[in-house]
Amino acid sequence: MIPFDFEYYRPASIASAIDTFQQLDAAGKQPLYYGGGTEIISMGRMNNLKTGPVIDLKDLADCKVMEFQQDQLVIGSSVTLTQIHEANLFPLLAQAGARIADHTIQNKITLGGNLCGTIIYKEAVLPLLLSDSLVSIAGPGGERTIPINSIFKERMQLDKGEFVVQIKTDKKYLSYPYVHVKQTKQDKINYPLVTICAMSIGGGIRAAFSGVCDFPFRSTAMESELNNHALTLEERIDKAIVLTPGPIPTNLEGSAEYRKFIMKGLLNSIINRLEGSNVSNA
Amino acid sequence: MYQMLNEGLIELKVNGEFRKALVRPADTLLFALRERLGLTGAKPGCENGDCGACTVLVDGWPIKSCLMLAAEAVGHEIQTVEGLNAAPIQTAFVDNFAFQCGYCTPGFIMNCQGLINIHPDASDEVMQEWLQSNICRCTSYQEITAAIKSVLVTDKS
Repeated sequence: MIPFDFEYYRPASIASAIDTFQQLDAAGKQPLYYGGGTEIISMGRMNNLKTGPVIDLKDLADCKVMEFQQDQLVIGSSVTLTQIHEANLFPLLAQAGARIADHTIQNKITLGGNLCGTIIYKEAVLPLLLSDSLVSIAGPGGERTIPINSIFKERMQLDKGEFVVQIKTDKKYLSYPYVHVKQTKQDKINYPLVTICAMSIGGGIRAAFSGVCDFPFRSTAMESELNNHALTLEERIDKAIVLTPGPIPTNLEGSAEYRKFIMKGLLNSIINRLEGSNVSNA
Repeated sequence: MYQMLNEGLIELKVNGEFRKALVRPADTLLFALRERLGLTGAKPGCENGDCGACTVLVDGWPIKSCLMLAAEAVGHEIQTVEGLNAAPIQTAFVDNFAFQCGYCTPGFIMNCQGLINIHPDASDEVMQEWLQSNICRCTSYQEITAAIKSVLVTDKS
Protein backbone atom coordinates (compact mmCIF):
# COMPACT_ATOMS: atom_id res chain seq x y z
CA MET A 1 0.00 0.00 0.00
CA ILE A 2 1.21 3.49 -0.82
CA PRO A 3 1.35 5.22 2.59
CA PHE A 4 0.34 8.69 1.42
CA ASP A 5 -2.45 10.20 -0.64
CA PHE A 6 -2.36 12.00 -3.95
CA GLU A 7 -4.85 13.14 -6.55
CA TYR A 8 -5.13 11.37 -9.91
CA TYR A 9 -5.84 13.19 -13.20
CA ARG A 10 -6.08 11.66 -16.67
CA PRO A 11 -6.47 14.48 -19.22
CA ALA A 12 -7.58 13.86 -22.79
CA SER A 13 -5.50 16.53 -24.53
CA ILE A 14 -2.02 17.98 -24.36
CA ALA A 15 -3.44 21.43 -23.59
CA SER A 16 -5.50 20.03 -20.73
CA ALA A 17 -2.47 18.18 -19.31
CA ILE A 18 -0.37 21.34 -19.30
CA ASP A 19 -3.20 23.44 -17.92
CA THR A 20 -3.79 20.91 -15.15
CA PHE A 21 -0.10 20.92 -14.27
CA GLN A 22 0.02 24.70 -14.12
CA GLN A 23 -3.09 24.98 -11.94
CA LEU A 24 -1.88 22.34 -9.51
CA ASP A 25 1.59 23.85 -9.42
CA ALA A 26 0.16 27.32 -8.77
CA ALA A 27 -1.76 25.81 -5.87
CA GLY A 28 1.54 24.57 -4.43
CA LYS A 29 0.66 20.90 -4.92
CA GLN A 30 3.86 19.76 -6.71
CA PRO A 31 2.28 17.68 -9.51
CA LEU A 32 4.09 14.96 -11.40
CA TYR A 33 3.45 13.60 -14.89
CA TYR A 34 2.66 9.89 -14.85
CA GLY A 35 3.52 7.40 -17.60
CA GLY A 36 3.51 3.67 -16.83
CA GLY A 37 3.74 4.52 -13.15
CA THR A 38 5.80 1.47 -12.14
CA GLU A 39 8.57 3.56 -10.62
CA ILE A 40 6.21 5.96 -8.83
CA ILE A 41 4.17 3.11 -7.32
CA SER A 42 7.10 0.93 -6.25
CA MET A 43 9.15 3.82 -4.87
CA GLY A 44 6.09 5.39 -3.27
CA ARG A 45 5.26 2.16 -1.47
CA MET A 46 8.77 2.10 -0.02
CA ASN A 47 8.57 5.79 0.95
CA ASN A 48 11.50 6.51 -1.37
CA LEU A 49 9.36 8.96 -3.30
CA LYS A 50 6.51 11.20 -2.28
CA THR A 51 4.46 12.88 -4.93
CA GLY A 52 1.73 15.43 -5.15
CA PRO A 53 -1.01 14.94 -7.75
CA VAL A 54 -0.19 12.67 -10.68
CA ILE A 55 -1.21 13.57 -14.24
CA ASP A 56 -1.52 10.38 -16.26
CA LEU A 57 -0.55 10.96 -19.91
CA LYS A 58 -1.82 7.66 -21.29
CA ASP A 59 -5.03 9.08 -22.80
CA LEU A 60 -3.23 11.64 -24.97
CA ALA A 61 -3.63 10.61 -28.62
CA ASP A 62 -0.27 12.06 -29.71
CA CYS A 63 1.50 10.09 -26.98
CA LYS A 64 0.03 6.79 -28.22
CA VAL A 65 1.12 6.82 -31.87
CA MET A 66 3.68 4.47 -33.35
CA GLU A 67 3.88 4.96 -37.09
CA PHE A 68 5.97 6.21 -39.96
CA GLN A 69 5.42 9.82 -40.93
CA GLN A 70 7.33 10.59 -44.12
CA ASP A 71 10.92 9.54 -43.40
CA GLN A 72 10.55 9.34 -39.65
CA LEU A 73 9.42 6.69 -37.23
CA VAL A 74 7.29 8.46 -34.63
CA ILE A 75 6.81 6.77 -31.25
CA GLY A 76 4.61 8.37 -28.61
CA SER A 77 5.86 8.61 -25.04
CA SER A 78 3.00 6.48 -23.73
CA VAL A 79 3.81 3.55 -26.01
CA THR A 80 4.90 0.62 -23.87
CA LEU A 81 8.14 -1.29 -24.22
CA THR A 82 6.10 -4.37 -25.17
CA GLN A 83 4.31 -2.50 -27.94
CA ILE A 84 7.68 -1.37 -29.29
CA HIS A 85 9.01 -4.92 -29.11
CA GLU A 86 5.94 -6.48 -30.72
CA ALA A 87 5.88 -3.96 -33.60
CA ASN A 88 9.68 -4.26 -34.05
CA LEU A 89 9.83 -1.17 -36.26
CA PHE A 90 13.06 -0.10 -34.54
CA PRO A 91 14.84 -3.41 -33.85
CA LEU A 92 17.62 -2.00 -31.64
CA LEU A 93 15.12 -0.13 -29.47
CA ALA A 94 12.88 -3.21 -29.38
CA GLN A 95 15.77 -5.33 -28.20
CA ALA A 96 16.98 -2.84 -25.58
CA GLY A 97 13.44 -2.43 -24.21
CA ALA A 98 12.96 -6.18 -24.02
CA ARG A 99 15.79 -6.39 -21.47
CA ILE A 100 14.38 -3.74 -19.11
CA ALA A 101 12.73 -5.30 -16.03
CA ASP A 102 10.65 -8.33 -17.05
CA HIS A 103 8.12 -9.01 -19.78
CA THR A 104 5.01 -8.33 -17.72
CA ILE A 105 6.40 -5.04 -16.43
CA GLN A 106 7.32 -4.12 -20.01
CA ASN A 107 3.57 -4.21 -20.64
CA LYS A 108 3.35 -1.21 -18.30
CA ILE A 109 6.61 0.72 -18.67
CA THR A 110 6.30 3.44 -21.27
CA LEU A 111 9.06 4.85 -23.45
CA GLY A 112 8.59 8.30 -21.94
CA GLY A 113 8.57 6.90 -18.42
CA ASN A 114 11.85 5.08 -18.96
CA LEU A 115 13.49 8.19 -20.37
CA CYS A 116 12.25 10.56 -17.68
CA GLY A 117 12.19 8.42 -14.53
CA THR A 118 14.64 8.57 -11.66
CA ILE A 119 16.16 5.10 -12.01
CA ILE A 120 19.62 5.77 -13.39
CA TYR A 121 19.85 3.12 -16.10
CA LYS A 122 17.23 4.33 -18.66
CA GLU A 123 18.38 1.77 -21.20
CA ALA A 124 15.78 2.81 -23.78
CA VAL A 125 17.67 6.05 -24.35
CA LEU A 126 20.75 4.28 -25.74
CA PRO A 127 19.35 3.47 -29.22
CA LEU A 128 17.89 6.98 -29.43
CA LEU A 129 21.26 8.60 -28.68
CA LEU A 130 22.91 6.50 -31.38
CA SER A 131 20.21 7.40 -33.91
CA ASP A 132 20.23 11.16 -33.37
CA SER A 133 16.51 10.93 -32.57
CA LEU A 134 14.43 14.05 -32.05
CA VAL A 135 12.28 14.65 -28.99
CA SER A 136 8.96 16.49 -29.23
CA ILE A 137 8.21 18.20 -25.96
CA ALA A 138 5.10 20.04 -24.79
CA GLY A 139 4.93 22.49 -21.92
CA PRO A 140 3.67 25.86 -20.74
CA GLY A 141 5.94 27.56 -23.29
CA GLY A 142 4.43 25.64 -26.22
CA GLU A 143 5.76 22.71 -28.18
CA ARG A 144 9.34 22.21 -29.33
CA THR A 145 11.35 19.52 -31.06
CA ILE A 146 14.99 19.11 -30.11
CA PRO A 147 17.76 16.54 -30.77
CA ILE A 148 17.96 14.01 -27.96
CA ASN A 149 21.71 14.47 -27.91
CA SER A 150 21.10 18.10 -26.92
CA ILE A 151 18.48 17.54 -24.25
CA PHE A 152 19.65 14.30 -22.69
CA LYS A 153 22.63 15.21 -20.54
CA GLU A 154 22.80 12.54 -17.84
CA ARG A 155 18.99 12.87 -17.73
CA MET A 156 16.24 14.60 -19.72
CA GLN A 157 16.71 18.32 -19.15
CA LEU A 158 13.04 19.30 -19.20
CA ASP A 159 11.76 22.62 -17.97
CA LYS A 160 9.08 22.76 -15.28
CA GLY A 161 5.72 21.60 -16.59
CA GLU A 162 7.14 20.01 -19.74
CA PHE A 163 6.69 16.41 -20.81
CA VAL A 164 7.87 14.27 -23.72
CA VAL A 165 5.18 13.77 -26.36
CA GLN A 166 6.99 11.82 -29.07
CA ILE A 167 10.35 10.49 -30.20
CA LYS A 168 11.12 10.84 -33.91
CA THR A 169 13.83 8.79 -35.60
CA ASP A 170 15.01 9.04 -39.18
CA LYS A 171 14.22 5.83 -41.04
CA LYS A 172 17.81 5.37 -42.19
CA TYR A 173 18.91 4.53 -38.63
CA LEU A 174 16.53 1.60 -38.43
CA SER A 175 18.55 -0.53 -40.83
CA TYR A 176 22.17 0.05 -39.82
CA PRO A 177 23.99 -2.96 -38.34
CA TYR A 178 23.77 -2.91 -34.56
CA VAL A 179 24.62 -4.86 -31.45
CA HIS A 180 22.89 -4.77 -28.07
CA VAL A 181 24.47 -6.50 -25.09
CA LYS A 182 23.45 -6.41 -21.45
CA GLN A 183 25.61 -8.01 -18.80
CA THR A 184 24.09 -8.46 -15.35
CA LYS A 185 25.65 -9.79 -12.17
CA GLN A 186 23.68 -13.02 -12.21
CA ASP A 187 20.06 -13.26 -13.31
CA LYS A 188 18.85 -12.25 -16.74
CA ILE A 189 16.34 -9.87 -15.16
CA ASN A 190 18.32 -7.32 -13.22
CA TYR A 191 19.86 -3.89 -13.47
CA PRO A 192 22.90 -3.88 -15.73
CA LEU A 193 26.50 -4.18 -14.77
CA VAL A 194 27.11 -2.92 -18.26
CA THR A 195 24.72 -2.42 -21.16
CA ILE A 196 26.10 -1.34 -24.52
CA CYS A 197 24.23 -0.46 -27.68
CA ALA A 198 26.42 0.01 -30.74
CA MET A 199 25.68 0.85 -34.34
CA SER A 200 27.88 0.76 -37.43
CA ILE A 201 27.36 3.74 -39.72
CA GLY A 202 29.51 4.23 -42.80
CA GLY A 203 32.43 2.29 -41.39
CA GLY A 204 32.36 4.06 -38.03
CA ILE A 205 31.01 2.72 -34.76
CA ARG A 206 28.74 4.59 -32.40
CA ALA A 207 28.36 3.31 -28.86
CA ALA A 208 26.14 4.21 -25.91
CA PHE A 209 26.41 2.83 -22.40
CA SER A 210 24.33 2.21 -19.27
CA GLY A 211 25.54 0.91 -15.91
CA VAL A 212 29.05 2.24 -16.50
CA CYS A 213 28.36 5.58 -14.79
CA ASP A 214 25.53 6.89 -12.66
CA PHE A 215 23.83 7.92 -15.90
CA PRO A 216 23.50 6.53 -19.43
CA PHE A 217 25.58 8.24 -22.07
CA ARG A 218 26.95 8.34 -25.59
CA SER A 219 30.42 9.89 -25.85
CA THR A 220 31.76 11.11 -29.20
CA ALA A 221 35.22 11.35 -27.60
CA MET A 222 35.08 7.64 -26.77
CA GLU A 223 33.79 6.89 -30.26
CA SER A 224 36.77 8.73 -31.78
CA GLU A 225 39.14 6.42 -29.92
CA LEU A 226 37.10 3.32 -30.76
CA ASN A 227 37.30 4.28 -34.44
CA ASN A 228 41.03 5.09 -34.44
CA HIS A 229 42.27 2.39 -36.78
CA ALA A 230 45.89 3.48 -36.41
CA LEU A 231 45.87 1.61 -33.08
CA THR A 232 45.37 -2.01 -32.15
CA LEU A 233 41.90 -3.02 -31.03
CA GLU A 234 43.09 -3.34 -27.43
CA GLU A 235 44.61 0.15 -27.50
CA ARG A 236 41.44 1.61 -29.01
CA ILE A 237 39.35 0.14 -26.22
CA ASP A 238 41.77 1.14 -23.46
CA LYS A 239 41.93 4.72 -24.68
CA ALA A 240 38.15 4.87 -24.99
CA ILE A 241 37.52 3.58 -21.47
CA VAL A 242 39.82 6.25 -20.01
CA LEU A 243 37.39 8.81 -21.44
CA THR A 244 34.33 7.45 -19.61
CA PRO A 245 32.48 10.66 -18.68
CA GLY A 246 32.07 9.96 -14.97
CA PRO A 247 33.26 7.73 -12.14
CA ILE A 248 32.59 4.04 -12.70
CA PRO A 249 30.56 2.94 -9.67
CA THR A 250 31.34 0.23 -7.17
CA ASN A 251 28.20 -1.26 -5.64
CA LEU A 252 26.55 -4.57 -4.80
CA GLU A 253 26.27 -5.42 -8.49
CA GLY A 254 30.01 -5.17 -9.05
CA SER A 255 33.18 -3.20 -8.45
CA ALA A 256 34.45 -0.48 -10.76
CA GLU A 257 37.36 -2.72 -11.80
CA TYR A 258 34.99 -5.57 -12.62
CA ARG A 259 32.78 -3.26 -14.66
CA LYS A 260 35.84 -2.09 -16.60
CA PHE A 261 36.83 -5.70 -17.21
CA ILE A 262 33.34 -6.52 -18.50
CA MET A 263 33.25 -3.36 -20.60
CA LYS A 264 36.55 -4.25 -22.28
CA GLY A 265 35.42 -7.74 -23.13
CA LEU A 266 32.06 -6.58 -24.47
CA LEU A 267 33.60 -3.80 -26.57
CA ASN A 268 36.08 -6.26 -28.03
CA SER A 269 33.28 -8.61 -29.01
CA ILE A 270 31.04 -5.81 -30.34
CA ILE A 271 33.75 -4.24 -32.49
CA ASN A 272 34.71 -7.60 -33.91
CA ARG A 273 31.09 -8.26 -34.81
CA LEU A 274 30.49 -4.86 -36.36
CA GLU A 275 33.80 -4.56 -38.18
CA GLY A 276 33.97 -8.18 -39.23
CA SER A 277 37.12 -9.14 -41.00
CA ASN A 278 38.30 -5.51 -41.25
CA VAL A 279 39.13 -5.36 -37.57
CA SER A 280 42.77 -5.24 -36.56
CA ASN A 281 43.66 -7.44 -33.63
CA ALA A 282 47.35 -6.89 -33.94
CA MET B 1 -10.77 14.50 -18.21
CA TYR B 2 -11.07 11.65 -15.75
CA GLN B 3 -10.03 12.66 -12.28
CA MET B 4 -10.12 11.27 -8.78
CA LEU B 5 -9.29 13.65 -5.98
CA ASN B 6 -10.18 11.74 -2.81
CA GLU B 7 -11.29 8.35 -1.62
CA GLY B 8 -14.42 7.47 -3.53
CA LEU B 9 -16.28 4.95 -5.61
CA ILE B 10 -14.84 3.91 -8.93
CA GLU B 11 -16.35 1.52 -11.43
CA LEU B 12 -14.17 -1.32 -12.67
CA LYS B 13 -15.09 -3.85 -15.33
CA VAL B 14 -13.88 -7.13 -13.88
CA ASN B 15 -14.52 -10.53 -15.44
CA GLY B 16 -17.17 -8.98 -17.69
CA GLU B 17 -19.12 -7.29 -14.88
CA PHE B 18 -19.13 -3.66 -13.77
CA ARG B 19 -18.27 -3.49 -10.07
CA LYS B 20 -18.04 -0.47 -7.77
CA ALA B 21 -15.07 -0.19 -5.42
CA LEU B 22 -14.31 2.33 -2.69
CA VAL B 23 -10.63 3.26 -3.09
CA ARG B 24 -8.12 6.05 -2.59
CA PRO B 25 -6.47 7.44 -5.72
CA ALA B 26 -3.22 5.98 -4.36
CA ASP B 27 -4.63 2.45 -3.98
CA THR B 28 -3.37 -0.24 -6.29
CA LEU B 29 -5.54 -2.43 -8.48
CA LEU B 30 -4.38 -5.39 -6.36
CA PHE B 31 -5.82 -3.73 -3.25
CA ALA B 32 -9.12 -2.93 -4.98
CA LEU B 33 -9.54 -6.47 -6.29
CA ARG B 34 -8.76 -8.21 -3.02
CA GLU B 35 -9.95 -5.85 -0.30
CA ARG B 36 -12.88 -4.15 -1.99
CA LEU B 37 -14.20 -6.70 -4.48
CA GLY B 38 -13.32 -9.90 -2.61
CA LEU B 39 -11.41 -11.32 -5.56
CA THR B 40 -8.53 -12.89 -3.70
CA GLY B 41 -7.14 -14.89 -6.59
CA ALA B 42 -4.50 -12.24 -7.30
CA LYS B 43 -1.97 -12.71 -4.51
CA PRO B 44 0.11 -10.09 -2.72
CA GLY B 45 3.70 -11.29 -2.77
CA CYS B 46 6.52 -8.79 -3.03
CA GLU B 47 4.14 -5.93 -3.96
CA ASN B 48 7.14 -4.55 -5.81
CA GLY B 49 6.65 -5.99 -9.30
CA ASP B 50 9.17 -8.76 -8.82
CA CYS B 51 7.24 -11.97 -8.12
CA GLY B 52 4.24 -11.91 -10.47
CA ALA B 53 1.84 -13.48 -7.92
CA CYS B 54 -0.61 -10.60 -8.44
CA THR B 55 -0.74 -10.88 -12.25
CA VAL B 56 -4.12 -10.20 -13.89
CA LEU B 57 -5.07 -9.43 -17.48
CA VAL B 58 -5.86 -5.84 -18.45
CA ASP B 59 -7.23 -5.56 -21.97
CA GLY B 60 -5.86 -9.05 -22.52
CA TRP B 61 -2.28 -8.31 -21.44
CA PRO B 62 -0.68 -9.57 -18.23
CA ILE B 63 -0.20 -6.77 -15.73
CA LYS B 64 1.19 -6.92 -12.21
CA SER B 65 -1.75 -5.49 -10.31
CA CYS B 66 0.56 -4.23 -7.54
CA LEU B 67 2.04 -1.83 -10.09
CA MET B 68 -1.20 -0.38 -11.39
CA LEU B 69 -3.40 2.14 -9.63
CA ALA B 70 -7.04 1.14 -9.36
CA ALA B 71 -7.89 4.53 -10.88
CA GLU B 72 -5.75 3.71 -13.90
CA ALA B 73 -7.83 0.61 -14.54
CA VAL B 74 -11.08 2.56 -14.96
CA GLY B 75 -12.24 2.12 -18.55
CA HIS B 76 -10.26 -1.07 -19.10
CA GLU B 77 -11.24 -4.76 -19.15
CA ILE B 78 -9.81 -6.64 -16.19
CA GLN B 79 -9.72 -10.40 -15.96
CA THR B 80 -8.71 -12.27 -12.82
CA VAL B 81 -8.24 -15.98 -12.25
CA GLU B 82 -11.82 -16.11 -10.92
CA GLY B 83 -13.01 -15.16 -14.41
CA LEU B 84 -11.33 -17.99 -16.25
CA ASN B 85 -14.01 -20.62 -15.51
CA ALA B 86 -12.00 -23.80 -15.91
CA ALA B 87 -10.01 -22.65 -18.90
CA PRO B 88 -7.72 -25.22 -20.57
CA ILE B 89 -4.66 -23.74 -18.88
CA GLN B 90 -6.19 -24.39 -15.45
CA THR B 91 -6.85 -28.03 -16.33
CA ALA B 92 -3.33 -28.27 -17.73
CA PHE B 93 -1.87 -27.07 -14.43
CA VAL B 94 -3.78 -29.82 -12.60
CA ASP B 95 -2.88 -32.50 -15.15
CA ASN B 96 0.80 -31.59 -15.03
CA PHE B 97 1.04 -31.11 -11.23
CA ALA B 98 2.27 -27.60 -12.00
CA PHE B 99 2.23 -26.34 -8.42
CA GLN B 100 3.17 -27.30 -4.91
CA CYS B 101 2.10 -24.67 -2.36
CA GLY B 102 -0.02 -22.95 -5.01
CA TYR B 103 0.59 -19.36 -3.94
CA CYS B 104 2.13 -18.31 -7.25
CA THR B 105 -0.33 -20.34 -9.33
CA PRO B 106 -3.00 -17.71 -10.13
CA GLY B 107 -0.33 -15.28 -11.29
CA PHE B 108 1.34 -17.89 -13.44
CA ILE B 109 -2.00 -18.99 -14.89
CA MET B 110 -2.98 -15.43 -15.81
CA ASN B 111 0.38 -14.81 -17.47
CA CYS B 112 0.01 -18.10 -19.38
CA GLN B 113 -3.55 -17.15 -20.37
CA GLY B 114 -2.27 -13.84 -21.72
CA LEU B 115 0.33 -15.67 -23.77
CA ILE B 116 -2.26 -18.12 -25.09
CA ASN B 117 -4.53 -15.22 -26.09
CA ILE B 118 -1.85 -13.13 -27.76
CA HIS B 119 0.64 -15.70 -29.09
CA PRO B 120 -1.15 -19.04 -29.26
CA ASP B 121 1.70 -20.38 -31.37
CA ALA B 122 4.46 -19.01 -29.13
CA SER B 123 7.94 -20.42 -29.57
CA ASP B 124 9.84 -21.83 -26.60
CA GLU B 125 11.91 -18.65 -26.55
CA VAL B 126 8.83 -16.39 -26.37
CA MET B 127 7.24 -18.62 -23.75
CA GLN B 128 10.37 -18.46 -21.60
CA GLU B 129 10.57 -14.68 -22.01
CA TRP B 130 7.00 -14.25 -20.77
CA LEU B 131 7.18 -16.74 -17.91
CA GLN B 132 10.37 -15.24 -16.50
CA SER B 133 8.09 -12.53 -15.09
CA ASN B 134 6.83 -14.93 -12.41
CA ILE B 135 8.59 -16.67 -9.56
CA CYS B 136 7.72 -20.07 -8.06
CA ARG B 137 9.67 -20.63 -4.85
CA CYS B 138 8.64 -24.29 -4.86
CA THR B 139 10.47 -24.42 -8.22
CA SER B 140 7.73 -26.11 -10.20
CA TYR B 141 9.12 -24.61 -13.37
CA GLN B 142 9.40 -27.85 -15.36
CA GLU B 143 5.79 -28.75 -14.64
CA ILE B 144 4.57 -25.21 -15.38
CA THR B 145 6.44 -25.31 -18.69
CA ALA B 146 4.83 -28.66 -19.50
CA ALA B 147 1.39 -27.26 -18.67
CA ILE B 148 1.65 -24.19 -20.89
CA LYS B 149 3.22 -26.16 -23.72
CA SER B 150 0.36 -28.64 -23.66
CA VAL B 151 -2.15 -25.83 -24.17
CA LEU B 152 -0.11 -24.07 -26.81
CA VAL B 153 0.20 -27.37 -28.68
CA THR B 154 -3.55 -27.92 -28.33
CA ASP B 155 -4.22 -24.48 -29.77
CA LYS B 156 -1.89 -25.17 -32.72
CA SER B 157 -3.88 -28.27 -33.65
